[in-house]
Amino acid sequence: MSFRRKRGAGDSDEAGEALNGFRGVRGGGATATFVPSQAGIIRSLVSQIAELVGAEPGTLETGTGEPGQAGPGLTDDAFTGRAPDRPAPGATAPDSASAGRPPDPLDDLARLLGQSGPATPPDDPVLARLLPDAYREDTEAAGDFRRFTEQELRNGKAAAARTVLATLPEEGGRVRLSDEEAQVWLRALNDVRLALGVRLSITADFEARVADLDPADPRSAYMWIYDWLTFLQETLVRALW
Amino acid sequence: MSVAPAEVQRPETYEEVVPDTPWVTIVWNDPVNLMSYVTYVFQHVFGYSKRKAEKLMLDVHQKGRAVVSSGTRESMERDVEVLHGYGLWATVSHDK
Repeated sequence: MSFRRKRGAGDSDEAGEALNGFRGVRGGGATATFVPSQAGIIRSLVSQIAELVGAEPGTLETGTGEPGQAGPGLTDDAFTGRAPDRPAPGATAPDSASAGRPPDPLDDLARLLGQSGPATPPDDPVLARLLPDAYREDTEAAGDFRRFTEQELRNGKAAAARTVLATLPEEGGRVRLSDEEAQVWLRALNDVRLALGVRLSITADFEARVADLDPADPRSAYMWIYDWLTFLQETLVRALW
Repeated sequence: MSVAPAEVQRPETYEEVVPDTPWVTIVWNDPVNLMSYVTYVFQHVFGYSKRKAEKLMLDVHQKGRAVVSSGTRESMERDVEVLHGYGLWATVSHDK
């Protein structure tokens, strides 16, 4: 596990209030102020999570901010190396015919019967971390569990990403979350950090590695973003306590 | 914050027939999940006191793993499903 000692240089100096992360509000929930670049980073990353776990094309309201708004390196796909706006392998092409496609009742039935899910963990290490095995030494039990639960887990993660997109305007500004929304944000921020953690090979000596990293290293920007998201999540936990 | 569920006390008599060896939910350490977040999740999901949640979190952190709940296999699978939703690395195991 990790903890965030103090605010660092990665916490943005673009706006004083945006330095402070989340704080609790009377009556429940939390509030924070984001500058446009911060909003762009979060929106871009949660969109990628939703895409990765397989949100239905057309159901995801992705950010359309200027490329420069997304922050360093974020016009590329942080988790998959694919360009954004391109469907995941195997996903239905987001053309006009499929965008408004009503849900297939047979899909729902299959889901209801628990027959739609795979029995083996995803090959992609990020997905494997987001959708881990429930049994460590019993592959058969792990497969059964996965078959019955993985789709629901994916749906939950995609829904959390959508909640963030719906509550965080592209232009940033003050965000006011209900208690329920704040808890969803916690999970969504955590999924982004887990995904970045796999891609950046985050280990317990993260802080030492950040300090040693060459600023020219392409991972450097993502390390700072990871660190900032850690700070943000920490402030959100404390705001809800 | 949810209220702690009443703990079912197993009567401590030798005559008791234990129907099944208990199943447990184990949470494993990982370098990404925040200590504060993990504590929060234990409180929120299981209704544990902050003290108990912190102790379990520290067990995970220091020993690499901790048993966070026990009961029937079905309820452990439910716990693991919820914990996966929160991004914790959790597994079901049969306690021996």
